[in-house]
Amino acid sequence: MPAVQETIDRVRSIDVDQYKYGFFTDIESDKAPKGLNEDIIRFISAKKEEPEWMLEWRLDAYRRWLTMTEPTWARVEYPPIDFNDIYYYSAPKTAAGPKSLDEVDPELLATYEKLGIPLREQEILAGVEPKNRVAVDAVFDSVSVVTTFKEELKKAGVIFCSISEAMREHPELVRKYLGTVVPVTDNFYATLNSAVFTDGSFVYVPEGVRCPMELSTYFRINEQNTGQFERTLIIADKGAYVSYLEGCTAPQRDENQLHAAVVELIALDDAEIKYSTVQNWYPGDSEGKGGIYNFVTKRGDCRGKNSKISWTQVETGSAITWKYPSCILRGDNSRGEFYSIAVSNGCQQIDSGTKMMHLGKNTSSRIISKGISAGRSQNTYRGLVSAHRKASNARNFTQCDSLLIGQDCGAHTVPYIESKNATAVFEHEATTSKISDDQMFYCQQRGLSGEEAVALIVNGFVKDVIQQLPMEFAVEAQKLISISLEGSVG
Amino acid sequence: MLEIKNLHARIAEDGTEILRGVDLTVKPGEVHAIMGPNGSGKSTLSYILAGKEDYEVTEGDILFNGESILEMAPEERASAGVFLAFQYPIEIPGVATMTFLKSAMNAQRKARGEEELSTPEFMRRVKDKAGELQVTMDMLKRPLNVGFSGGEKKRAEILQMALLEPSLCVLDETDSGLDIDALRVVAEGVNKLRSPERSTVVITHYQRLLDHIVPDVVHVLSKGRIVKTGGKELALELEKNGYAEFVGAAA
Repeated sequence: MPAVQETIDRVRSIDVDQYKYGFFTDIESDKAPKGLNEDIIRFISAKKEEPEWMLEWRLDAYRRWLTMTEPTWARVEYPPIDFNDIYYYSAPKTAAGPKSLDEVDPELLATYEKLGIPLREQEILAGVEPKNRVAVDAVFDSVSVVTTFKEELKKAGVIFCSISEAMREHPELVRKYLGTVVPVTDNFYATLNSAVFTDGSFVYVPEGVRCPMELSTYFRINEQNTGQFERTLIIADKGAYVSYLEGCTAPQRDENQLHAAVVELIALDDAEIKYSTVQNWYPGDSEGKGGIYNFVTKRGDCRGKNSKISWTQVETGSAITWKYPSCILRGDNSRGEFYSIAVSNGCQQIDSGTKMMHLGKNTSSRIISKGISAGRSQNTYRGLVSAHRKASNARNFTQCDSLLIGQDCGAHTVPYIESKNATAVFEHEATTSKISDDQMFYCQQRGLSGEEAVALIVNGFVKDVIQQLPMEFAVEAQKLISISLEGSVG
Repeated sequence: MLEIKNLHARIAEDGTEILRGVDLTVKPGEVHAIMGPNGSGKSTLSYILAGKEDYEVTEGDILFNGESILEMAPEERASAGVFLAFQYPIEIPGVATMTFLKSAMNAQRKARGEEELSTPEFMRRVKDKAGELQVTMDMLKRPLNVGFSGGEKKRAEILQMALLEPSLCVLDETDSGLDIDALRVVAEGVNKLRSPERSTVVITHYQRLLDHIVPDVVHVLSKGRIVKTGGKELALELEKNGYAEFVGAAA
């Protein structure tokens, strides 16, 4: 209830058409020359002091990538990307591996403060534990600048650090799991990422451990013409549990910028991973100029029996989103979930959804997708639910709802269902609705302004998904959705 | 309180003229009933009072507390004290009735420059009024009007009216879709709100609602004009003789 009011206050307090995180931090950075070739890859690998096998892995990916072509099947349109006109590595000069917060450039700390990201570990006052503690890994352009609460997590046996650090400190784990969910050859952007990925987060939760706090990574693209290629790897060992959240923002620029990430999740026997995203990359202006191209491959592998992976995403940013967080339900009795809110306004284009691949016996999955389109945007849900020959008693329930605001936007639903096992039961429900003039008038007659009415109706529409977010972020997500839709009425 | 002067209005989309010179004055504390045959413009009049955009006022004026409200947005009229109980209340999926009530009350308070209600104070007020209207806690948790029965919808409307405390209540066919028991509950709710500072306009097709909400004045609306005004006995007369006489008179 209070969230609705806060949402409204927030909407009121900012100007129309203003992306709140559009500022740029003027900080000296260390960049690789523009363009992509084997030397650039060697440069990145050397910068990160990687082992030889990692460099070979990257070069293999690069050679493979040269033979691939960009996918064109998504319902999005954009001019061809010149992959040689991008910087593949950019790091704040002062940020090369700080050991503690005191060593972090104050300019960077100020940036995160402005973004509302807590990097200072709250001090524990007189034995009173702060309520909602969240460990943060902050990735600025191509490098991780700081990871908080590391020591405390270590006590529980949880490893939470940047992937570069993991490669140096825990090579056996990285080598064992990297590329096992999203193979190097998976798709054009995943292969590109494998060649040039710069940083990202690494999480390992050992057997039987329930991670004592929320983990989160905050991605920020700052430099001009720089691509962000992050790589995240999360492993929950037998019986472990972890909840992880990522957030993203970028400065407001006229050029388009590329963000091509790969996220791999692995859940072993009886393990559970909950992965939430609040994506708010710069969406471009109302005429469609600028904005981030968000081409992301996210996949979870329920490798063990009784394992569970749950994706929750709130997508409000990016000029173009191309993203399908998926689950491979390999272990018997494993469960996959996908909860999504995708909001598009202005000239944004979203082609997003999920894949639930049922391989093991008695596997189940659930998909709840809520698409909201306003302005002149196009919003597509694309999903695949499949049952392998051996996936007896596979179950899926899918619900796709679309809400249209205004006359010039579009909503599309493209579900694929493939079943090779006669015992599989797949259900699909879809609705498309519009905020009607009658609903608006009714709310206004009760005293709500047009924007308040839209915020209220939209919050009602997305409620099922908001409930899946960690409490700390649910309110934030509601605010974000309302801000994204401002100016969509009247 | 309310003064409607020579009001002419048409449907914005196709220009069909609906109101052809309505004159009506409602003083504080009075209850006026507007009766009339189907298509006489009763519902249109209620929508125009509330500020629905589908209609265009071509002539005349509506004064509320002495000031014209024609240029005011629906939410401004609401905060100023105009409440319309809908004939067909609208469904708001996913929004709990309780959430809706709080949002509406606080939006109006804010528009008037008042403090928002604290949660305990809000709960206290809702509990009081909901009990009187036989609105259960379970109903308050359900999304507004979604899957509500006819009676539940109308009780929810009157609950909103009771909580928002408007100075002008417009009830559009509140008796439609109600059985006799539900009608009694709703009418009692409306009667409780009668006060010397509050005016009520009851739009209805049938006399039966007026047995429970006894009006001070009864008007007959036909073809967009008020063709006869009288006391409460006029309603009984209409019940007996029908509207035929007036349909002819207006033509």
